[in-house]
Amino acid sequence: MQADVAMEEWGVVLGVAAGAVRGSIPYLFVSLGECLTEKSGKINLGMEGVLLMGAMTAFAVSDQSGSPWLGLLAAAIVGAMLGAVHAGLTRFPKVNDVAAGIAMILFGSGLAFFFGKQFVAPMAPQLPLIDLGSWSASPAIHSALRISPLFFCGIALGFALHFVFQRTRWGLRVRAAGDDPLAARSIGIPVDRIRMTATVAGAGLAAVGGAHMTLYFPGIWSEGISGGQGLMAVALVIFARWNPLRCVAAALLFGGAQALGPSLQAAGQAGYYHLFNASPYVLTLALMALTCSRHGGVSGAPGALGRNG
Amino acid sequence: MRPPSIEVRGIRKRFGGVRALDGVDLRVEPGEFHALVGENGAGKSTLAKCMLGINAIDEGNMLVDGTLWSAGDPRLARQHGIGMVFQHFTLIPSMTIAENLSLPRPGLPAIIRWKEERERLRAFFANAPFQVDLDARISELSAGQKQKVEILKELYLGTKFLMLDEPTSVLTPDEAEEVLIRLRAMVNRGDLSVLLITHKFREVMKYADRVTVLRKGRTAGARSVSATCPEELAGMMMGETRTIEVVERDAKVGGPVVFAVAGLRTRGDKGVDVLHDLSLEVRAGEILGVAGISGNGQRELVEVIAGQRPYHQGRISVNGERYVPERECMQRLGIYVLPEVPLRNAAVPGMTVAENIALRQFDRPPFTHNGLLSYAAIRRAGAELINRFSVSPPSPDLPIETLSGGNVQRAILARELGGQEIRVLVAANPCFGLDFGAAAFIHNRLVDARNRGAAVLLISEDLDELLDLADRIVVMSAGRIVHESIRSQADQVEIGRHMAGHAAG
Repeated sequence: MQADVAMEEWGVVLGVAAGAVRGSIPYLFVSLGECLTEKSGKINLGMEGVLLMGAMTAFAVSDQSGSPWLGLLAAAIVGAMLGAVHAGLTRFPKVNDVAAGIAMILFGSGLAFFFGKQFVAPMAPQLPLIDLGSWSASPAIHSALRISPLFFCGIALGFALHFVFQRTRWGLRVRAAGDDPLAARSIGIPVDRIRMTATVAGAGLAAVGGAHMTLYFPGIWSEGISGGQGLMAVALVIFARWNPLRCVAAALLFGGAQALGPSLQAAGQAGYYHLFNASPYVLTLALMALTCSRHGGVSGAPGALGRNG
Repeated sequence: MRPPSIEVRGIRKRFGGVRALDGVDLRVEPGEFHALVGENGAGKSTLAKCMLGINAIDEGNMLVDGTLWSAGDPRLARQHGIGMVFQHFTLIPSMTIAENLSLPRPGLPAIIRWKEERERLRAFFANAPFQVDLDARISELSAGQKQKVEILKELYLGTKFLMLDEPTSVLTPDEAEEVLIRLRAMVNRGDLSVLLITHKFREVMKYADRVTVLRKGRTAGARSVSATCPEELAGMMMGETRTIEVVERDAKVGGPVVFAVAGLRTRGDKGVDVLHDLSLEVRAGEILGVAGISGNGQRELVEVIAGQRPYHQGRISVNGERYVPERECMQRLGIYVLPEVPLRNAAVPGMTVAENIALRQFDRPPFTHNGLLSYAAIRRAGAELINRFSVSPPSPDLPIETLSGGNVQRAILARELGGQEIRVLVAANPCFGLDFGAAAFIHNRLVDARNRGAAVLLISEDLDELLDLADRIVVMSAGRIVHESIRSQADQVEIGRHMAGHAAG
């Protein structure tokens, strides 16, 4: 009896850990993409639309071509295109980033739903998994340690982005453009071009996060697939204070919160799992309330964030 | 590399229909400290930007080391060692000094090796005029330190002919002194030529070798500093025909205390206290000057008095009666405010000049009858005040945002000083960025109000202005009054030390 309870708790912990790894991938890519975008001074709220378009495109291309890697590439390209639309729209001084971003959420998700209609049923070829658990006899551990390569890519991306911001000329230019465009221009930095590049690259990365949602078990496309993760990832960047390494940590936290409900359900706790399913949303609200002080914004924000012209 | 010789001949520049430069000649020898003076709008900054290549030159020549040079690109100017420190900062606030100095360096590799960059910076700092902490973030620096970093950045990038656009306007007297002394030393060593754009004759007389005076886009003359005097320069700047009216101060000493602030505490934008138990008293017929470096709570103090910021402790009173910063109370107690950046703090930008002038009185006769506004009365009163306060262009119907800074200032001054009996007048940096003539006009109005018995609180970053006008000077530092001196005993050095916060304890 006692052993069962212990097994059960162990199962929940393992489930949450495995879920954190699996569920963090969209958060990782979207938040790192948004981090890059916002460091350049732009806000792209349209990440929710990018995520859905990425998911749908990856699914469709993988299904048609039979290659999930091709699907991944196509998703990144489509995401980058949506980013270019956003950056193009908000390049004009009087276009508001937030308003354009909301329009891009609707545009991206509408487009994804429209083209995705015909793909609702089948299952597309999925990305291969890296098997790290073959040493274990326990099937639970074995399945928990079958990890998507995208997870490692995402972690590496966090460190790479950190390196870019600290140690590369381009990274310094992105930060300069985001913090004080006037000063940046005066030392010869092409602010508009930098922002365009950062927004396009950021949206391309976010779309890879979307691709993961359809190219990983159970590998089906449905309209409710993102569940607002694109928007939560934007909030996550604020919580991470625009630092790529903190983005990685925060993405893992959100992934874990998301896995809490399903893990409890799998362990037989049927009662409250709906409540626990809401934990990422509650977490978002709680973190926002904690990090945004009443008196003036969050420290670490790029100085010209969301201001055009 | 020695500093180049720089010469411009007959430069003209138009912006639309306005002739900004209309025949300017200027010559700066290698290793010379040259001053450029002139009223606002005389074309000083435009000339510098033309020489740097930010503005294209319409007509005329520029010679660098005797050869014709067509400026067209600031980057090209940089290659020839021509650089400029602007009035606005060009540093990235969230970055460190090391990052700010390295980022614009030509030849910075795509992957930065900070060890090498630091080696380079260390070598540069062995001979630099100021020492700074390379790891300090710009946002943590005072205006004075930022100004030093701006200069260091130019020198690091190899500037040999350095133009500075009113570099001392954001500095304390001590800092200004230090910056100019160090630059002067570099010029003396022959490492640098300087073109200093300034309003302050004291700086010209003390540091420059030669001075060129601009008037209305033309060179009014050039002098050797040893062979001229401030009076001659002022005459050249303004033309011989204009004279400046001076309102004399009444000799009488102040009356009873009219305006009192006691134990005031308020929070700044970031939520921390910026005023700590601030107390001050202003007497009738007295100008109390508040000196201090910006960012020590002056702005917040004015905002509290103007009703823009709540306070959570303390008391403000006029003639012993508690003052509540609301319209009705302001009017009853006769308190008027001339805040800094009046277009933002004291005007509705899209409304006309006349409407803005009527903002204090619009809901009472003659402007309102039976609850209806009379625009005719508003326009008539506006036109009269526009005339009296020489607002230009003299039209009551233009949106106030279309006026120049000095004229917005005049229009707001007209509203605040227009007719009513003034018991208290609060003015914050009323002459910031205004030229000679406009500043003198506003100074006269302040002295006038004082002579008529008003209690005037003058908050200013310009110590010369305070020494000129105030009956008493207090120094504000970190949200407190830290020093007080009366007019006859005011000592600029002592006040400067308190402003810099060096006199604690």
